[in-house]
Amino acid sequence: MDKQGYDAIRKLLGESPAFVQGDVACAYGAVLAGCRYFAGYPITPATETAESMASLMPGCGGTYIQMEDEIASIAAVIGASWAGEKAMTTTSGPGFSLMQENIGYACMTETPCVIVNVQRSGPSTGQPTEPAQGDMMQARWGSHGDYELIALVPNSVQECLDLVIEAFNLSERFRVPVIVLTDGEVGHMREKTVIPEFDELKLVERETPTVPRESYVPFGGGEAAVPPMGFFGLGYRTYVTGLTHTEKGLPATSSAEEHTKLVSRLCEKIRQASESLVRIEERYLDEAEFAVVSYGITSRVALNAVRTLRRRKKKIGYLRLIGLWPFPEERLLGLSKQVKGILVPEMNLGQVYHPIREAVAGKCRVAHLPKIGGEIHTPAEIVEAVQKLMGGRRR
Amino acid sequence: MNDEPIIPGPARPLKPHRLLKFLRQEILPTAFCPGCGCGTVLNSFAQAVEELSIDPKDMVFVTGIGCSSWIPSPYFKGDTLHTTHGRPIAFATGVKIMRPDLKVVVIAGDGDIAGIGGNHLVHAARRNIDITVLMVNNWNYGMTGGQVSPATPFGVPTTTTPYDNPEHPLEAAELVAAAGANYVSRWTTYHVFPLMESIQKALEIEGFSFIEILSQCPVSYGKMVDMRRASDFLKFYRDQSVRVHKAKEMSAEELEGKIVVGKLVERQRSEFVTSLRRINERFREG
Repeated sequence: MDKQGYDAIRKLLGESPAFVQGDVACAYGAVLAGCRYFAGYPITPATETAESMASLMPGCGGTYIQMEDEIASIAAVIGASWAGEKAMTTTSGPGFSLMQENIGYACMTETPCVIVNVQRSGPSTGQPTEPAQGDMMQARWGSHGDYELIALVPNSVQECLDLVIEAFNLSERFRVPVIVLTDGEVGHMREKTVIPEFDELKLVERETPTVPRESYVPFGGGEAAVPPMGFFGLGYRTYVTGLTHTEKGLPATSSAEEHTKLVSRLCEKIRQASESLVRIEERYLDEAEFAVVSYGITSRVALNAVRTLRRRKKKIGYLRLIGLWPFPEERLLGLSKQVKGILVPEMNLGQVYHPIREAVAGKCRVAHLPKIGGEIHTPAEIVEAVQKLMGGRRR
Repeated sequence: MNDEPIIPGPARPLKPHRLLKFLRQEILPTAFCPGCGCGTVLNSFAQAVEELSIDPKDMVFVTGIGCSSWIPSPYFKGDTLHTTHGRPIAFATGVKIMRPDLKVVVIAGDGDIAGIGGNHLVHAARRNIDITVLMVNNWNYGMTGGQVSPATPFGVPTTTTPYDNPEHPLEAAELVAAAGANYVSRWTTYHVFPLMESIQKALEIEGFSFIEILSQCPVSYGKMVDMRRASDFLKFYRDQSVRVHKAKEMSAEELEGKIVVGKLVERQRSEFVTSLRRINERFREG
């Protein structure tokens, strides 16, 4: 994006700082990241992003389309990405469930795209207007087969804007779908939001091939390679398929060797970059004996609770997961060597609790504080749970 | 060891077929069963592209899952998006909106387009987006071995309706015409020349164009109805097809079991991407 393009967008977005909803900030982040295609379907509590994109896209030279369902939305986004554009869709639980097959397709075909899931309380239609953190595992494991992708979790309106830009950058860099997991609370609340200036914007564009068509290898490279993307209309006549394919892209559905090579590379390109993908916020961890590990809207309550306990001279630390997938295992293992126990408050009946336990591998206690029903934790609930953890005996 | 070839070759090597230039030759021969109609459709399609002098690099093929999706993918040498089952029209919508300069063609079967993907078909036709869809109707899910499809005729047995099909088939071409497409026709693999001309028309016309092509499946479908040779189907198509203008003069009873072939619709409703761009530009110009 050049300065002229940026200025045109800034004119549309208006004053900075803005006072907007998280859903709207997601749209702001998208247009600043260079997103020029949005396909969506109305769903509470994500509809405001679609409405914002519908009003912003034409002025940015982009296109909004409302598709017939969420399956079509993600399909059209993948199609637009292969037409060479940065593309995004937003949804909530029921729509996210419908998208799973095509998210797997995007992983298999190495299609950059961004999906914002404004989580609501489920299962099924559940509590449409109420927030939840019930799709944390679905984001990682929702499609069939082996794959890796990236998921980011904002806890503020500002972070919705910032992380959607980051999501586009990572998506273009790794040719992988990136999922931004907000929730009905973050999506619908309004906060002061600073719009980045032109020279603060660092945008990443997908690499395209420079070799002639005959020597282009669309799905090749080393064991963790991200191949350049010969998208449609460049003249490469790329064959893109969700079938197991060779480096040239042709089907090889009965070959254990080709399948192992392809799927291993798709996973390794993310796994080997996992250290660079760690996004965590740490506070009060010096000399901490216990820690609260949280993410999303819950982390704001957790921080309040940790501060309360610190005022009471309790050695409690705070760790917030911003990048959820790939999971920052090493950091959690490091934390477990320092503290006696970790409390995991989350708005589900046990999701991110499990990879934390796996990472910690028994080196410290891990207590869970679940809450469902559409209400966020209160600081008092977290303070009480920490005190219980501190008082409890080690198994 | 006997060095003699089992089937003696011709005295002189055959000249490569003039349409082979359109194909990814490294993956030939095709995976189609003996007698399959997909080869005829591929031939007619390639001929239409040749006649129109379209450079395949200006085409994008978007396909679903099923035998006929293999007609362009992987065989036709253009940019190709071989998608998930039933969704090619939705994927194609994203491609076409961002690259209206490219010809976007969807080729898939009755199960893919009219069954699992029926929703996308109706809405793409309603939008009248400039995509060409060839629905190759072989009356069954052939790739999985001959299950009932939304296009299977009433009362015939398939592997999942072993005691006969209790459902009525969807008349997909009439559905698409009603939904608002600019061009709709129906032909069969018996009518190769009209089919080729119709494909040319579909590629040229602006707006949603749809051709339902009845295409034989002597292996998966034929085994259940004792039509095991391609010629059984071609004779059936020849004897049972009625041209559109003739059909208009026939009663419902007379049309029972007939295949109405020809052009169902040709009109000039505004095309979706053109309208969308015009509206967006009007906004930009204030």
